[in-house]
Amino acid sequence: MEFSGVKRRKPWLIGDQRKASYPHSLQFYLQPPSENISLIEFENLAIDRLKLLKSVENLGVSYVKGTELYQSKLEAEIRKLKFSYRESLEDEYEPRRKDHISHFILRLAYCQSEDLRRWFIQQEMDLLRFRFSILPKDKIQSFLQDSHLHFEAISEEEKNLREQEIIASSTSLGGPKLELEYVYKIPFADALDLFRGRKVYLENGFAYVPLKDIVAIILNEFRAKLSKALALTARSLPAVQSDERLQPLLNHLSHSYIGQDYSIQGNAGKISLDQIDSLSTKSFPPCMRQLHKALRENHHLRHGGRMQYGLFLKGIGLTLEQALQFWKQEFIKGKMDPDKFDKGYSYNIRHSFGKEGKRTDYTPFSCLKIILTNPPSQGDYHGCPFRHSDPELLKQKLQSYKITPGGISQILDLVKGTHYQVACQKYFEMTHNVDDCGFSLNHPNQFFVESQRVLNGGKDIKKESIPPETPQPKQSAQKTKNASSALASLNSSLEMDMEGLEDYFSE
Amino acid sequence: MEPFDPAELPELLKLYYRRLFPYAQYYRWLNYGGVVKNYFQHREFSFTLKDDIYIRYQSFNNQSDLEKEMQKMNPYKIDIGAVYSHRPNQHNTVKLGAFQAQEKELVFDIDMTDYDDVRRCCSSADICSKCWTLMTMAIRIIDRALKEDFGFKHRLWVYSGRRGVHCWVCDESVRKLSSAVRSGIVEYLSLVKGGQDVKKKVHLSENVHPFVRKSISIIKKYFEGYALVGQDILENKESWDKILALVPETPMHNDLQQNFQKHHSSLQRWEYLKKAASQCPSNIKNEKCGPWLEWEIMLQYCFPRLDINVSKGINHLLKSPFSVHPKTGRISVPIDLQKVDQFDPFAVPTISSICHELDAIFTSEVEKEENQAESDIKHRTRDYKKTSLAPYVKVFEQFLENLDKSRKGELLKKSDLQKDF
Repeated sequence: MEFSGVKRRKPWLIGDQRKASYPHSLQFYLQPPSENISLIEFENLAIDRLKLLKSVENLGVSYVKGTELYQSKLEAEIRKLKFSYRESLEDEYEPRRKDHISHFILRLAYCQSEDLRRWFIQQEMDLLRFRFSILPKDKIQSFLQDSHLHFEAISEEEKNLREQEIIASSTSLGGPKLELEYVYKIPFADALDLFRGRKVYLENGFAYVPLKDIVAIILNEFRAKLSKALALTARSLPAVQSDERLQPLLNHLSHSYIGQDYSIQGNAGKISLDQIDSLSTKSFPPCMRQLHKALRENHHLRHGGRMQYGLFLKGIGLTLEQALQFWKQEFIKGKMDPDKFDKGYSYNIRHSFGKEGKRTDYTPFSCLKIILTNPPSQGDYHGCPFRHSDPELLKQKLQSYKITPGGISQILDLVKGTHYQVACQKYFEMTHNVDDCGFSLNHPNQFFVESQRVLNGGKDIKKESIPPETPQPKQSAQKTKNASSALASLNSSLEMDMEGLEDYFSE
Repeated sequence: MEPFDPAELPELLKLYYRRLFPYAQYYRWLNYGGVVKNYFQHREFSFTLKDDIYIRYQSFNNQSDLEKEMQKMNPYKIDIGAVYSHRPNQHNTVKLGAFQAQEKELVFDIDMTDYDDVRRCCSSADICSKCWTLMTMAIRIIDRALKEDFGFKHRLWVYSGRRGVHCWVCDESVRKLSSAVRSGIVEYLSLVKGGQDVKKKVHLSENVHPFVRKSISIIKKYFEGYALVGQDILENKESWDKILALVPETPMHNDLQQNFQKHHSSLQRWEYLKKAASQCPSNIKNEKCGPWLEWEIMLQYCFPRLDINVSKGINHLLKSPFSVHPKTGRISVPIDLQKVDQFDPFAVPTISSICHELDAIFTSEVEKEENQAESDIKHRTRDYKKTSLAPYVKVFEQFLENLDKSRKGELLKKSDLQKDF
């Protein structure tokens, strides 16, 4: 991918040229893109795809994959974000190009750690599985060929010769109607997961695989290739990151929160300190509930806890004065000397409100940030309980919060599947007695706002309405850790030179 | 046959390695036509010397180097390992992590000890002609699958020297297979699952895979002779109780107990069991009606049991063909697949017997020759031919012929593509 000056811009492809470059609505992303692109488009594509993959994750745990409901919701998401999905639509060039480029951009961001890689691969696989499932059967062969997969469908006669054998071997075949099924002949080593359990017919070194089973093989191939590619990309990453203009975006993309950042002080002063205890059990997410409890019990919190909880409180509307009072009152109960508090701790509180030092108004931490960074150690109470608590302890905690056993086991299952935020959503549903929380949880303050909404019957504490997910925050003066604002100071029409990026994707 | 005395091994091995070991053929095998540079030179061998001294990472430059070293060290046992990225005997000079096992034949080891729970005649390291049929069936079943299902062409079956058989699959593509695929192949070939604490080790699903069906057909050919007559598995209550342990707790269980008393032989009892098992018990919904139970019993008593650890590792070392077994003295000889039913492990030559044969010939011929050294050289290349080892070397040579033919075919194909003339 190149980022070049206006003069060297490639001409727009027209008509057949466009069709030829992306012959299918889905792909294996074997070739990195090699066209010019502006920095702003780079950023937008990345964020859009991230939204798509997050939807894929959410839908994947909220609905059974493959069911009609799941398929239709996923299709709607893809269409909304203008990505490609269906083969037969006219002029799919733009969505397919978007799909292609955004995938490779996210590779840069998500290759950096084992956890990120695993998440990225899982969502990309689910997306591919969906797209493949809606591919018309007669298009499958040409798609496989174009993707350089040596799977050939066998002829009718070949099928008839082996009909009994194939039916006896493949459990995925419903009834004895083989004429309607496509059967593919592939080298046995490519069908490892099938032949090892004797789930496919082998003859002379080839596996005769019905269509349903081919999907599993294709997905495995895809996973293996993507995994390898990510490892390669990770090795080349330092060179990419040395570019000052891409570095902030890439660094933050994988941790990026792409919704509202709750630093807007529109609701300031709406909460009184004596409400906090009851609010903590009714409207706080479990992470903040546990921090509040620990603060009340120990009259102290360590730095990580103070940051996470302190910024949250700011987000729900505490003013600086209230915050200072709140923390001081509690710490004094712990036999802290008031002067020591003033000297040591109040400075930090003022700092986090942007009243000291470089005057950054820090934003409350998003779920992703809490889950992925600064894990708690012994004596800490911050972090995400669904991520950082031992399952047994989490179970006890949920029991003490009076969650039903059924709800607890659902939550624990989600935790096992590393769907921490969805587990928290489930907690919301159980504590607020609703079937569907109605939102996709990304931020502890969002939990609070939604909770208040449910409890107060729609009357918000905050002045403004719940915003849709937008990449650009409204304030320009404040520098936040948000991905897009890292580039806000750049002239958006600027295009820069970045040569040979595709080298980072290949050997 | 001359009785074997392990104490004589040092002397016998000296003679064996000097006059009888088929170096030319052996090198021809492991060199694989010299197509890949340093293939032989990067091969690991391990030697077990006198007093159980074990040395790994042996490697050799060529046939004559191999000969000289073997004659010098006089190994009691020779194992063959993988082809590595560097010469194994220089592996200490290689940067850490760079010395890797790259290729090896796919190997199988079938050991009679693994059948102790289903053979009544012998146990542990003992074998007899009655239980040897288990090996015959194993070879037939596994070889058929390797050939017909997997398409493997170059399979060498070797007698291990005491209580089992080995298989070496030498196709070029097979030598490159990953550990995961090797494990997958063993899994495909496995049906008997469970250790001592598991009574019923074979469970068939309603859908019977062609591999299972074909294996059962093979077992059927031997079952009567081996199990019902030779092993007599339904001989008396003690023995048929073991079979009944594989029959689920149903009215059938008691029915069989009672009726077995009335019959007089394993054959009769088996016929009765087959009939009873295939009738559908009307009150039991979960039981499969049909031959499944009969098949499950047959498979548990006769189906091959493989050791996955031998097959899955690329760097695993396995006893070399033509190695001597230090306890029995028997040579690990290739088995002629065309005559597998006739193979008799007790007829396999021991090192003492062939050395004795050699001595006898040598003595008589030396009486005719003036110069001992001259006759030495004249005889060295054809000595094994005069002993009982000869037919087994012939089997090996046939195997090598096939490898050569394949290789030539591949080269022709490649040169055709490149249009070389």
